[in-house]
Amino acid sequence: MPTQDLAAVESIPQTLDMLLTVSASPHIRSEVTVSKIMYTVLLALLPTSLAGVYLFGLSALWVILLGIFGAVATEALIQPLLGKKASVVLDGSAAVTGLLLALTLPPSLPWWMVLCGAALAIILGKAVYGGLGNNPFNPALIARVILLVSWPVHMTRWQSASYLFARSVDATTAATPLGMLKTDGLASLSHLRLLDLFFGYRGGCIGEVSILALLVGAAFLLWKGYITWHIPTSCLAAALLTSGCFWVSNPQQYANPLFHLLTGGLVLGAFFMATDMVTSPITGQGMLIYGAGIGILTIIIRIFGGYPEGTSFAILIMNALCPMIDRYTLPKGFGRSRRRKKNHA
Amino acid sequence: MTKILLILVSTILVNNFVLAKFLGICPFLGVSRKTETAVGMGLAVTFVVTLSTALTWLMQMLILKPFHIEYMQTIVFILVIAGLVQFVEMVLQKTSPALYQALGIYLPLITTNCMVLGVAVLAVQLEYSFIESLIYSFGASVGFALALVLFAGIRERLSLADVPEALQGTAIGLVTTGLLALAFMGFNGLVK
Repeated sequence: MPTQDLAAVESIPQTLDMLLTVSASPHIRSEVTVSKIMYTVLLALLPTSLAGVYLFGLSALWVILLGIFGAVATEALIQPLLGKKASVVLDGSAAVTGLLLALTLPPSLPWWMVLCGAALAIILGKAVYGGLGNNPFNPALIARVILLVSWPVHMTRWQSASYLFARSVDATTAATPLGMLKTDGLASLSHLRLLDLFFGYRGGCIGEVSILALLVGAAFLLWKGYITWHIPTSCLAAALLTSGCFWVSNPQQYANPLFHLLTGGLVLGAFFMATDMVTSPITGQGMLIYGAGIGILTIIIRIFGGYPEGTSFAILIMNALCPMIDRYTLPKGFGRSRRRKKNHA
Repeated sequence: MTKILLILVSTILVNNFVLAKFLGICPFLGVSRKTETAVGMGLAVTFVVTLSTALTWLMQMLILKPFHIEYMQTIVFILVIAGLVQFVEMVLQKTSPALYQALGIYLPLITTNCMVLGVAVLAVQLEYSFIESLIYSFGASVGFALALVLFAGIRERLSLADVPEALQGTAIGLVTTGLLALAFMGFNGLVK
């Protein structure tokens, strides 16, 4: 009898179009996987990377390639120690961390520092917490800040834009606009045109200079739905408002808000670093608070702090605040008022 | 007024006692597993540090200095702090059982918090006036509470993380403290 039953079941698919499959949930699966997101982010960073290489020449290309190589190699070495599957190495997350780190470095950084930074990003930023998804801080920024406090001289030696196809081989050094603002005051910036800053003709980190390229990549990510508008909008708006307040109070002393928006790593940070899914809040309301915190802290560190640029620190500090933000922006359960919830607890 | 603000910013953010001076690490790691207890500890420390610094400052200026026995500072300060904590505990128990219950074990634990002595000694060393040392100690303990609560939030999340066996517990706590201190270095130079 059982064999007959089996034969009957097997014959159903040929006779019936509608086959009722019994299986455990979930029944509808998302097409999106970790590696798909990671490779999309890599693609979104491509215009920025190309702009960096165009603006700073081959040394920038070396830094980018070394950053990616260092991160992926460290991941490959560390995964067996953590007892994870080797497939994690090529899911793209290490490559994204390496690329993001490289984009926040000066183009003339020595090769071994880039490798050091990439290894630190993977080990201290991610592996000690158990890998992707567990880290409280943005790995690339952790590495950048460690490099910045360990080798401040190298990390603040900037190369002026020396185009890939330029005649002269010697790269000249130049301060970043924010560096000049810190050391020489507002008067030293009179020659800068906002349009040049927008296209990226200035000294700075590989990936932060060309706002145009960053916006192209960010628009792509927004269109794909991998980042939402909350964090970048609130971050940039808060930075504009904060610097605007200072500017209105004394335009002779404080730089104009558009200058603050177009210089430093604010745009790179707002779209690509702060929106890291692991280290940013979950709710929309939380994201708005988190982004605003980054914008305000960045401007405060820029204006009053010892460092000319504060985006990386601001993002790390808000990363630390993220569990708090998530805790207090938790949506209330349907049909429950906050007061009742408190009484029940 | 500006000086008061500067002292507050300096002690809470720039020279945070936990994240820049690395004092009070023991309770920082010990009572940061849950946010609620972290808030309790933060309140208790704020209360005790401010009170004890006021008392030790008076001790220094009215007794140690006039009699030229400043070398007795450490012993006298420890005695004052330990006595004060016990006294506060007794008073709270009798007058406000609710607060006593809320602070619980943290109140006596504060006696062993090296930050309390550190703040008292530093307030004297920096030659602050009475009001300034009050502000200084208040800011220092608020900075402690801030770091503690931030850290507790991260730690609660870490309890769900897949931390490698060798690093679980205090080890990952110390690593995280270091990274948090790194983030706070961004405030460097905020106060000259």
